[in-house]
Parts: sequence; structure tokens; C-alpha cells
Amino acid sequence: MTRAATRTALRKAAILAALLAAWEAWTRLGEVSPLLFPPASTVLAAFGRSLANGEVPGYAAQSLQVLLTGMALGSALALVLTTLAVGTRLGAEFLETLTSMFNPLPAIALMPLSLLWFGLGVQSLIFVIVHSVLWPMSLNTYTGFVTVPPTLRRVGQNFGLSGWRLVLGILLPAAFPYILSGLKIGWAFAWRTIIAAEMVFGVAGSQGGLGWFIYQNRFEMNTDLVFAGLLTVILIGLLVENLIFRWIERRTVQRWGMSAGH
Amino acid sequence: MGDLLGVRDVTIAYPTEHGAFIAVEGVSFAVAEGEKFVLLGPSGCGKSTLLKAVAGFMPIAAGAMELEGRRIERPGPDRVVVFQEFDQLLPWKTVLANVVYPLRVARGLPAPRARETAESFLAMVGLDRFAASYPHQLSGGMKQRVAIARALALDPRMLLMDEPFASLDALTRHKMREELLAIWETTRKTLLFVTHSIEEAVLLGDRILVLSAGPARVRRILANPAVGARGTEAALAVQREVQTVLGQ
Repeated sequence: MTRAATRTALRKAAILAALLAAWEAWTRLGEVSPLLFPPASTVLAAFGRSLANGEVPGYAAQSLQVLLTGMALGSALALVLTTLAVGTRLGAEFLETLTSMFNPLPAIALMPLSLLWFGLGVQSLIFVIVHSVLWPMSLNTYTGFVTVPPTLRRVGQNFGLSGWRLVLGILLPAAFPYILSGLKIGWAFAWRTIIAAEMVFGVAGSQGGLGWFIYQNRFEMNTDLVFAGLLTVILIGLLVENLIFRWIERRTVQRWGMSAGH
Repeated sequence: MGDLLGVRDVTIAYPTEHGAFIAVEGVSFAVAEGEKFVLLGPSGCGKSTLLKAVAGFMPIAAGAMELEGRRIERPGPDRVVVFQEFDQLLPWKTVLANVVYPLRVARGLPAPRARETAESFLAMVGLDRFAASYPHQLSGGMKQRVAIARALALDPRMLLMDEPFASLDALTRHKMREELLAIWETTRKTLLFVTHSIEEAVLLGDRILVLSAGPARVRRILANPAVGARGTEAALAVQREVQTVLGQ
């Protein structure tokens, strides 16, 4: 880490500590009901307990499992849509129409329909996740494919590559920065969507996932556990974005000097 | 030495909104085995289009184009192109892997032999120390040298070069021309070279085909006795002759 980066990190840590201290002081001195807003120390203790007894990790694993299933399915569908769009003009117009139609629609808004069609089960959640991943993934992958430099395409043809060998050998790696950025956007949408969707399940009385954990504890007035659940959502989000995706980027697009240009 | 490449009465047209645009019209020439043949013409005259057609990237509207008597129909590793653009290297592969990859997919060489071949050609262009680097870490001149090594490693029937030094700074450009001549002395690979620089054409071309602008037609095909010589009286004489032909 450079000195400037170390200083920035130190300052951010100080901001965080100050916020926690203010929170603690306000809830202890200001006679705030711990049922509405528990002190920071209580929340951290509850977080520690629910980590230790495996409750939070279990729910988080459940959320992540559904999310990864949905993302895998969404990415596969995105690849099919993109292949059609790259191959034919009708396919490109089909993709453009669908993405512009579904982009303004929050995936969670499909939850009532999803419950109607798939019932109270994992399928409903997966349907919503697929929807939140599919459009940003398709749009990015498509942009990646059409912006491959024509020279690179010709180089591949010059090596005698065509059809699937050209796609796998040249086009896919050349479009990789865009595909990765599509995956990042897809993950961000999917993670927010699944927490929200699980709360709808909470209403419906089924169970599962971090969202449900948060919702359930709010009913039982375990406000400290509600906060612990929110903390977990934040931590997992940061972990995936700053560790996992950063790690992939350092080993791929950064090493190759490639960027998605947006 | 027989003709390797035969181009007879070739016309190339692009479809545009206002009908077909004729880029090349009725061009004929032949390139002999082991020859360095230069296509020279003003910018935008269609000389690159002609080279792209030889490479198989572009269909011809009329005429015939044959390599060793066989019609050219599609791109292939028997005619490897070195482009002007620096992004012709695969950015996700190291310098060595950039040379190894086509040897594996186009020539089907087993990995150890592909590696050996790639290493020897990288050494020939003086880049063996950069085998583990990625293209974005190289200068423009080094990138073009990797592209030349990659093309020659494939052992094509013909090397096609489309203004490969035009994006380089003047000093590097001069150096690369000399290096190309030296490399050619060891490989004797038949070369079709496109340029708009008279100096470059006279330095590199055994014969020079001077094209007229839009559409490209043959002005004249000149034999160049001054090939490889720089700044001599003979070279200046050929340069003046080319200039006169271009100015007609």
C-alpha cells in the first residue's frame, strides 16, 4: 500500500470509529428504547452471538446458494441471448427491445407474479434473481462482443479460426472485460434483490435466507438481531465486491491492460 | 522461380447507400517466389483493400486471384498479415503465448515444439527477454516486432504487410525497415508490402506497383535496382522516377 492509500484507510477507520462512538453515546445517554434502536455494543454482541451459534452463517449460506443458482442460470441465458444478438439483426433488435423494457423494472416488482406462477418456493426466488441478472449481463456481454477490435477478429480468421473456435479463442477473451463488468453489476443487483425478496417470503410465512432472518427478528422485536442481519448483508456485499471481484480483476483485466471502457 | 501470387483484372467494390463504390479496378500483377513486392499509392487509394482481398478478408467483384494456382477464397495461415494497428496482439496472452497460440491452432504443433519455434523467432526479432511480458507493457515498435515474429513463425507461403510501420515514430520506423530487410535476408519469405511512403517502397521493394487514386488502377510496375540501398544515387533516381509516375 502506498502512503497516501494508508492515510486514506486510516481516516476511513477513524470515521467509522467516530460513527460507532456517536451511536453508542446517543443510545446510552439519550434514553432511546433498545427495542427501537439498540446501542452499537449490543448490536456487535448480538452479531457475535449469531455468528458463533451458526444462525447467521446458515441463513447467509442459504441466501448465497439461491443467488448463485440464479446468477448461473441468468448468465447462461444471457450468453444465449447475446449469441443470437451477435449472429442476427433480428436477435440484436430482440435483445435491445427486451433490455430497454426490463431495465427500468426493479426485479423485486415481479415477486407477486413469481409467487403466483411458482408458489412459495425457491423457484420464485430464482425467477426474480434470474431477471435481475439477465438484462445487465446480456447488455454488457453484447457490448463486449460488438466492440471487439476488427483487427483482432481478422487476426483470428487469419489463423484459420471460424465459428465456435473464433468465438472461444478470440471473441470471448476479447470481450472478457465487459463480461466481468456485467457479472459485477449482475451480482450487485442480485444481492440487493434476494434480500428484498426473502422479506416477501417472510410476509408469506415461509422461511429461509438473510432477508427472512431480518424480517422474522423484527416481528419478535429482537432489534439487535435485525441490525446484526443488516450488518451481515453489508459485510458480504463488501467482501464479494472488494475481495473476490478485485482479486479476479487483478489477475485478468489489470494484468492484461484491458478495460471495459465505462 | 514461378509466380506465387497471380492477380488478374481484379475489381473490388463496396456496397454503399448510393450503390457500389469501386475501390480497385482492373488490377493485374504477379508476385514471384521469394520476391519483395510493394504496393504504393496515395492514402485512401485502395491499396489496403487490395491486400485485404489477397488475405481473403474481402471478396472480389471481378477477376481472379490465385495463390500457387489455387483460388483465394478465405483467410488462412498460408498468407499471414502484419497489420498497422498495435492491437493485433492478443492482450490476454504473454508475448510468448501470442506466438505459440497460432502455431497450436493453425499448424497443430505439439506444445513443446510450438514453444521452441516461438522462442527462436522471438530471438530473431530481439525480444526473447520479453517473452513473459504482456503486450500492453511493450512499445509500439516492440509490438510490431512480435507481430512479425508471430507471422514468420507460422511459416506462411507469403507474408502480407499493411503499412506495418506507419503508426511508429520516425526513428523507430527507420530502424524497423532495416530490421525487416535483415530478417528477410535470413528467411527469404515472399513479401507483399503496402505503403504510401516512396522512401519505404524504394528501400524494400524488388518491384514497386504504383497505383492511382480512387479507384486504384495500375499506373506502372517498376523494377527497383536500388532495393536495400539507402540514400545512394541509384535510390534517389528510382525515387524521382516513382514520383513522376505518381504525379501523372
